[in-house]
Amino acid sequence: MSDLNTVTAAEAPGGQPNVPHGPVKKDKPRSLAGDAWADLRKRKIFWIAVVLVAVVLVMAAWPTLFTSADPGACALANQYKGATGGALFGFDYQGCDIYAKVIYGARNSITVGVLATLLAGVIGLIFGLSAGYFGGLVDAILSRFIDIMLGVPFLLAGIVLSNRLSSDPKSNGIFAVTLTLGLLSWTTGARVMRSAVISAKNQDYVAAARMLGSPPARLIFRHILPNSIASFIVLLTLLLGINIASEATLSFLGVGLKNGAISWGIMIADGTQFARTEPWPLVWPAIFLGATVLAFIMLGDAVRDAFDPKLR
Amino acid sequence: MFRYIVRRLLQMVLTFFGATFLLYALVFANQKDPIQALVGERPVTESQRIALTQRYHLDEGFFMQYWYYMKGLLTGDFGTSLTGRKIVDMMADAWPVTLRLALIAIVIAATFSVTVGVYSALKRGGLFDNVSLVITLVLLAMPIVVIAPLFQLIFGIQLGWFPPTATRDATVWQLLLPAIVLACIVIAPEMRVTRTSVVENLRADYVRTARAKGLTRMRVIWVHVLRNSLIPVVTLIGVDLGGLMAGAIVTEHVFNIPGVGFNLARAIRTEDGPLVVGFVSILVILFLFINLLVDLLYAALDPRIRYE
Repeated sequence: MSDLNTVTAAEAPGGQPNVPHGPVKKDKPRSLAGDAWADLRKRKIFWIAVVLVAVVLVMAAWPTLFTSADPGACALANQYKGATGGALFGFDYQGCDIYAKVIYGARNSITVGVLATLLAGVIGLIFGLSAGYFGGLVDAILSRFIDIMLGVPFLLAGIVLSNRLSSDPKSNGIFAVTLTLGLLSWTTGARVMRSAVISAKNQDYVAAARMLGSPPARLIFRHILPNSIASFIVLLTLLLGINIASEATLSFLGVGLKNGAISWGIMIADGTQFARTEPWPLVWPAIFLGATVLAFIMLGDAVRDAFDPKLR
Repeated sequence: MFRYIVRRLLQMVLTFFGATFLLYALVFANQKDPIQALVGERPVTESQRIALTQRYHLDEGFFMQYWYYMKGLLTGDFGTSLTGRKIVDMMADAWPVTLRLALIAIVIAATFSVTVGVYSALKRGGLFDNVSLVITLVLLAMPIVVIAPLFQLIFGIQLGWFPPTATRDATVWQLLLPAIVLACIVIAPEMRVTRTSVVENLRADYVRTARAKGLTRMRVIWVHVLRNSLIPVVTLIGVDLGGLMAGAIVTEHVFNIPGVGFNLARAIRTEDGPLVVGFVSILVILFLFINLLVDLLYAALDPRIRYE
């Protein structure tokens, strides 16, 4: 949790304050999203992130585009054999094709990351909206609950919960890890949403809508929500990167994916054991994991700066 | 101020009980057969079963069990680990190591981030600034499971600059590389905050006054600007302790350091419930007190901040 806070607190890379946004057409006022897009288009770091994310997503969706080898087909005879035609990165301790495994590893990372972030998004949205809109007692209870959640260090709770949820010895742990990360990572989002809702609901247009007789549901979903959700969505992009990293961390520690499910975290853990003599089985998954997380965080960072120029 | 502290302490009590209860429930609720888990693979006789049930209050409700546990915890009795060792003894061994590791990491991170942060703020927009911003972005995004094994591989094994693993007594020299790894988690945010706040303060009126008085550039920067810029950095160092604790689990696991994280990771894998709950409860208390301390420090450093 704390690394999420630091990511939001930190400042943009290469963000120079008050750079003029180029010629603004006077005849047509731009929306917030339009402004943000015009700003984003010019940032190199944004395009690097987009390309990296796209590659990882394609890898996750169609791994066969990159490799025709089966990541599960391992032959001990191939142990630590160097790179050959199909296996670009050589073979690991078990004689598995490292390149194929690394490519197939993207799918689990992305699946867990996306689903966990969606779950966290839904929970955070409900908590943040209700705490912000209803205020008073509801807010007090929900906020205290969030405080309690933040009182337990994220990784510790993750290890305990994930271990607890995946007690079935035959499961591959994907469901358990997704649920764990979703249930634990919504707190910062809920806080951001809560404060955005509080500032939105005190605006004049909300008062006007209320006077015109809008029912609460219409007030929330037509007026308050669209005006307060921007920073929440940006936060979810960052959270996606963080959740992918957390999945790898849990798998690395042996409480995440298991029983043959391919995960970069497990590959790193296996790689460290014999890194003294054979470093490559460790290095390749580490590079792929690092680049993937970096891509999502860069994307989130760039989008956040574009939507919220105040932070620069 | 007094009322503020009392209110915060009350909130802390609530948070502490909430957090430990959640944890206790996660670890102990709906266990299939705790007695069998305790004894292992051996068969349990009826009389053993009765004795153990009474000793661990297993015939009472879950809330009563939590109550007994808390009573022990608050009187300094953490119970025994499933390995039979007293948990208090294990903590006495593990905590000093982790504290030493965290302290070295904080010193490294603070020194590095303040120096680089101030320098890139002074050279804002220059090559150094842009390069260091890109590096912080990479550091910010790199998960510790990537940094720790790679640093161990590169600096510990391939280059041989540092010892790649620690021994039982974990000397400062052995802890240096893991501390650098841990520092990597916090360097990026600290550096960025230092940079931003120095940039803001450089434009402040008091800096212009100091310059107009004819003070040297060095004095203006290192005394006037830095002192006012470090306030948010101090807070961040406190907040980062939570991140350090999480990072310590992976780092201690990789570098084989017999600290809190190492014990915790092992306890979780061997399903040593009492050990997990005991260690994490202490962590939660520590976490809460550090947060309070940081908030009070914040007020002490910046007279504009008043808590009612």
